[in-house]
Amino acid sequence: MNALNSLMDGFGTALTPLNLLWAAVGVLLGTAIGVLPGIGPAMAVALLLPVTYGLDPIGAFIMFAGIYYGAMFGGSTTSILLNTPGESAAVVAAMEGNPMAKSGRGAQALAAAAIGHFAGGMVGTILLVALAPTVADLAVDIGAPDYFAIMVLAFIAVTSVLGSSRVRGLASLLIGLTIGLVGLDQMTGQQRLTFGSLQLADGVDVVIVAVGLFAIGEALWVAAHLRRRPPEPIPVGRPWLGRADLRRTWKSWARGPFIGFPFGAIPAGGAEIPTFLSYVTEKRLSKHKDEWGKGAIEGVAGPESAASASAAGTLVSMLTLGLPTTAVAAVMLAAFQQYGIQPGPLLFEREPDLVWGLIASLFVGMVLLLALNLPLAPVWAKLLRIPRPYLYAGILFFAAVGAYAVGGEVIDLVILLIIGLIGFGMRRYGLPVLPAVIGVILGPAAEQQLRRALQISDGSVTGLVDTPFSVTVYAVVVLLLAWPLVRRALPRKGSGT
Amino acid sequence: MTTPTTDATTAPAAERRSWLRDHSELGVCVLLLALGVLVLTDALTMDVDIAQRGPVGPTTVPIVVGGGLLVVAALLAVDVLRGGRGQAETGEDVDLSEPADWRTVLLLTGVFLGTAVLIEPLGFPVAGALLFWGAAYALGSRSIDRDPLIAAVLSLVTYAVFNNLLGVPLPGGPLMGVL
Repeated sequence: MNALNSLMDGFGTALTPLNLLWAAVGVLLGTAIGVLPGIGPAMAVALLLPVTYGLDPIGAFIMFAGIYYGAMFGGSTTSILLNTPGESAAVVAAMEGNPMAKSGRGAQALAAAAIGHFAGGMVGTILLVALAPTVADLAVDIGAPDYFAIMVLAFIAVTSVLGSSRVRGLASLLIGLTIGLVGLDQMTGQQRLTFGSLQLADGVDVVIVAVGLFAIGEALWVAAHLRRRPPEPIPVGRPWLGRADLRRTWKSWARGPFIGFPFGAIPAGGAEIPTFLSYVTEKRLSKHKDEWGKGAIEGVAGPESAASASAAGTLVSMLTLGLPTTAVAAVMLAAFQQYGIQPGPLLFEREPDLVWGLIASLFVGMVLLLALNLPLAPVWAKLLRIPRPYLYAGILFFAAVGAYAVGGEVIDLVILLIIGLIGFGMRRYGLPVLPAVIGVILGPAAEQQLRRALQISDGSVTGLVDTPFSVTVYAVVVLLLAWPLVRRALPRKGSGT
Repeated sequence: MTTPTTDATTAPAAERRSWLRDHSELGVCVLLLALGVLVLTDALTMDVDIAQRGPVGPTTVPIVVGGGLLVVAALLAVDVLRGGRGQAETGEDVDLSEPADWRTVLLLTGVFLGTAVLIEPLGFPVAGALLFWGAAYALGSRSIDRDPLIAAVLSLVTYAVFNNLLGVPLPGGPLMGVL
């Protein structure tokens, strides 16, 4: 068992005092961010990207992973107690969790959610250990055409699966690709879209784009529509579960990961679809159908378990293929680029300490999270009372710190604000932010791989599809593109009969 | 002097204004169109004689992206004219039932630009504190004693963490020179 040995080595890395500290910082920050309204994990990791300038990669990624998992735990607290979920993954938790809290069963709802996250995260991470090395082995020979195919898949998936409008997703992607074009051409040194400016010749730093779109854009957008009176959280005691509840929930906890994990690994919008699927499944299998809509505990346990497992699935495709399937994964990919590390099949060979240390720290983080969230949920819930002016002023403040830390240049603050205003406009007119971020992060890399592949094939386009791997990926792309047409055809058939 | 003619001219004007407001998303199309033209102009005026390596030069991808922007601008315009609307983003603290509060957005933008101007002469601790205080004020916080205190502590702690712990230099300014 090679993977097990590597994992043991990983625990050796993760359990050093300093890395334990980063894991603890990550899960603490993650839980706080998950609970706090208005900040999602993607924004949090984006705001923390500047630490990559001063921290070693292992510590940084252990912290980022802690934030990702922690935000899932914290997010369900907000949904259950406030019923205004911010993270899309937490929408389902509110459907049964909030009625439970209203009828005085908030403590049980929080416990079902926290243990669900723990179970889902554990099973998901075990699947990650089992599958990731295999995927990496299968994909180890991939070359420029295959990398290009994966990036095309990421572009298509992110524009056509997420959001309600493909045109708007595509517009967002093209805006991102345009920002990615700014600077010197990597192969010839040609200036593109620099307009003779020296500052722009270096390109727009990915940190500034991520912080601008996720943090400034969001803060300005909320500021324009800030609720006069923030919703009051439902007061709640310490989470616990009675025996009758346990008997109802354990099967849901066990089922959730197998719905969540595969959906996390494919580019299908992260936790949104699997949490909903889990909800529907639990509803169908439930023996207490009359309780649904009024607070059925299985409706909290299953989806939350699926949500955490999908986070583990996301890490599989990000670590083994370099394919980001969620916003957090996209920003983490940006962090890899900051360190000059290329995620992909070779990562497991080149950076075993980093990968296995990161995976082992997920197990550590999960235990820390359960310990933090079960007894302390009422304390975390106090964060919901934070005065909103301080919250959003703080986001702007840390965004400014992050952008300035990139290079110590005032012009970066101005670019940050401009990108933030673009992000504001995108939120106003329903252009999803994620395609733009993926465009900026993957655009330049995709161009390089495309040109490399065509160089090898001497300009012949067949050079892009001459490997089984790339053909498979393009087949998936075609499927994604054809899916709405197929779906449009299906109900017509149904209504005809 | 209210004549029917003035009524007749103001009514279509008001109508046109409300039509424009309903279709303000067309502005996005115009911006995408402008961006596409910009990218294409930049690509087509590029001097590519020097050492092109490989069959795909530095202009190919910009031409594709620029062309794509033009196409998407057109498609989006068609969608908007057919009644399609981009859905404004929701969130925990977002209340879409009221019109946008432009004053706050402008104030925040101003405060942020002010910080960019002040960060070098005043140093990060002072400029950062002013940013937090100003932003909190713009967002409606009016606590004369608590706001500046939180701003100052947050700014100083952040400065210390980045400058001394993480080794990311931030300008100290005259204040840090004195301390």
